[in-house]
Amino acid sequence: MASILAVDDSASMRKMVAFTLKTAGYDVEEAEDGVDALEKAKARTFDCIVTDVNMPNKDGIALIRDLRQLPQYKHVPMLMLTTESGMEKKMEGKEAGATGWMVKPFNPDQLLKTLLKVLG
Amino acid sequence: MSIDMSQFHQVFFEECFEGLEAMESGLLSLDIGDIDSEVINTIFRAAHSIKGGSGTFGFTVVAEYTHIMETLLDEMRDGRRQVTKPAVDVLLGSVDCLREMLTSIQNEEDVNMESAAQHQAALEMELNGTAGGGEHTAAPVHAAPIVVVVEAEPEEEVVVDEEQGWKIAFCPYLSLLKTGNDPVRLFRELSGLGELTTNVNIQDVPPFAELDPEECNISWELKLVSDATEAAVREIFSWVEEDCALELAPLAKPKKIKKPKPAAAPAPVVETAAPVVATESAPVVAAKKAAPTESDPSKNAPKASSSIRVDTDKIDTLINMVGEVVITQSMLGLIGENFTMDKVGQLKRGLAQLERHTRDLQQSVMNIRMLPISFVFSRFPRLVHDISTQLHKKITLKLVGENTEVDKAVVELINDPLVHLIRNSLDHGIEMPAERVAAGKPEMGTIELKAYHRGGHIVIEIVDDGRGMDKAKLLAKAIEKGLVEESTIMSDKQILELIFMPGFSTAEKLTDISGRGVGMDVVRRNIQSLGGNIDIISELGKGSTIAIHLPLTLAILDGQSVAVGDETYIVPLVSIIESINITEKMLNKVAGKGETFKLRNEYLPIIRMREIFNVKSGNATKSNEGVIVVVEGQGALCGFLVDELLGQQQVVIKSLEANYRRVEGVSGATILGDGSVALILDVPGLVRLSVR
Repeated sequence: MASILAVDDSASMRKMVAFTLKTAGYDVEEAEDGVDALEKAKARTFDCIVTDVNMPNKDGIALIRDLRQLPQYKHVPMLMLTTESGMEKKMEGKEAGATGWMVKPFNPDQLLKTLLKVLG
Repeated sequence: MSIDMSQFHQVFFEECFEGLEAMESGLLSLDIGDIDSEVINTIFRAAHSIKGGSGTFGFTVVAEYTHIMETLLDEMRDGRRQVTKPAVDVLLGSVDCLREMLTSIQNEEDVNMESAAQHQAALEMELNGTAGGGEHTAAPVHAAPIVVVVEAEPEEEVVVDEEQGWKIAFCPYLSLLKTGNDPVRLFRELSGLGELTTNVNIQDVPPFAELDPEECNISWELKLVSDATEAAVREIFSWVEEDCALELAPLAKPKKIKKPKPAAAPAPVVETAAPVVATESAPVVAAKKAAPTESDPSKNAPKASSSIRVDTDKIDTLINMVGEVVITQSMLGLIGENFTMDKVGQLKRGLAQLERHTRDLQQSVMNIRMLPISFVFSRFPRLVHDISTQLHKKITLKLVGENTEVDKAVVELINDPLVHLIRNSLDHGIEMPAERVAAGKPEMGTIELKAYHRGGHIVIEIVDDGRGMDKAKLLAKAIEKGLVEESTIMSDKQILELIFMPGFSTAEKLTDISGRGVGMDVVRRNIQSLGGNIDIISELGKGSTIAIHLPLTLAILDGQSVAVGDETYIVPLVSIIESINITEKMLNKVAGKGETFKLRNEYLPIIRMREIFNVKSGNATKSNEGVIVVVEGQGALCGFLVDELLGQQQVVIKSLEANYRRVEGVSGATILGDGSVALILDVPGLVRLSVR
């Protein structure tokens, strides 16, 4: 099954995302900010990254930008979870190399449905 | 798939309360005029997380509320809005309001919508009242509840004859693959909407030698037979909108003309809605704003006790220790299997090792319960801010040693006494600015809250540079109240300690800040019940220092075991002054006042343990053979008469109340090495008991 790195500084959101994905059978690892995520993403290559945007230390956009520089993440789908539904953030994310986005709040079903757009 | 979201609620609430604390301390540290963008960012992030989480977990009231805060903070963050004191105050009020809301939700109570609406109105006033970005910022209020990305909106009315569907010209730019998007997946999505036919155009593909596999050189002509709307189709392409040229044309002309597709949430409707709320409840806000500030943090305090957050380092150490114990255990097991006398040395070494590991293990476990005192201190900046504003005083609070660690139980119980003491300093200690200037002091008063370790204790000091205590006034007051006799000669220290006497209050009038009916006597009693004590140093005109000494943990105590008949009792080591072998000459029987004992030049009352606990077993000792343990309790010295001193040891305190019931004169019990139970003496309680 596909492996996913779930990145969010908010523990409750991260747990919810991770639990949903695990229940759906994905192999999930959690990271609590961009720095943590980058380290974990280097340690093994994930099939997909799901990251929050607004985080301390390194935000989601910077994380995506950094990951895209790595050869193994050139084409890996990366989704941003954002409450800022404004185009500005989305475009910033796209420029950094994000595959797509999901607007919070979402429910587990929506999350899985969105993931199917990039996985499998 | 259905997932029970309630399992994440506890984490969510904890996170929210932490976020609120971060917001609060951030807001308090905002220096108006000189804004640190990192602080604003932290505050923003906290609000943002709470909003995201509450939306996801279905607490829409909270989500909507935080949305407004977020909008306001966002404008501050971008520099579009000035950070003003009123704005900070409104935001602080919102923090309280959110805390209240979340507490209610957590306790499954109804949210007090009235107070929420007031705060919300105040926020909206702040948001819309100030110039700059007023109108457009109000709009997203209603956008907060669920914005679904993946779902189509089937609101268009399209009636078609013939074949219904779309002709799509999809021409990706070379860069499309670089964002991890894949046309194949898009087509899979499309085929979910209906029947899809693809037609590939490969004329732009360069010769193989020049081919860059990371570029997308192909384009497609797609035919989708489906009743899906244009919006639904475009939705699938939304992520690649900027990376391709996309043309959509209906397969057949619909008979009815489509309604123009509304872009997103209709803005005009919302614009009118927001101001209405604001005007309706605005007058109420001014009147009731101050009310719910103080009570709420204490309300959610006990809730926090249900779980504890532990540094992973501590857990790792613990696991290490357990590993060591297991190794030692298996080593001892090996020795025991084929034991011969020549292995005694090995056995002894093993046991010594086991002892060392057990002690380390115990320490590591105790360490888990240790929390930095900042858990208590962190709420005081707010308290000082609020009260000094209320009193029109200028006061800064300095925190020193916030990372000093102390047992969780102490952290929970020390809060109320500290609040009382700080209120006292604020109210009675620090003078009004004018008075301070007249006295040649800086206008700004200072209260310092310090914590540090000393021996096995934690010391918490509250130091203010206020007016200090007037000893003459204290004494006069005590005489007037009949608490001391006029002729009594008292030391300075004794005079200062008068304020701990029940029924003593020097404040000319009770204010709602300090005079809440709880006196210093209660504060002292609470601290003593934690096994601590409290001291005062004060100099008139210079300020006061109140020092609280507390044991680091309430779970383990250093005790002196004493024998009374066949029974063993534990006397807490902290309360023992000295122990003396007695001789007949030292005991005096005073009519009506019980027995006393002359220690140097002082007469101390004697409590016979054998009598007070009704111990019959063992050899009845005559009163002249035994040991007097001199203890201090309730500020008075007293002698406990026991048969023998046994030894000092650390004992683990087991609650008697939880296992049996409360017994007067006993604060708990412990289990000794031989498996028997020993009672731990409640020294102040016994002293009280003996007076009766």
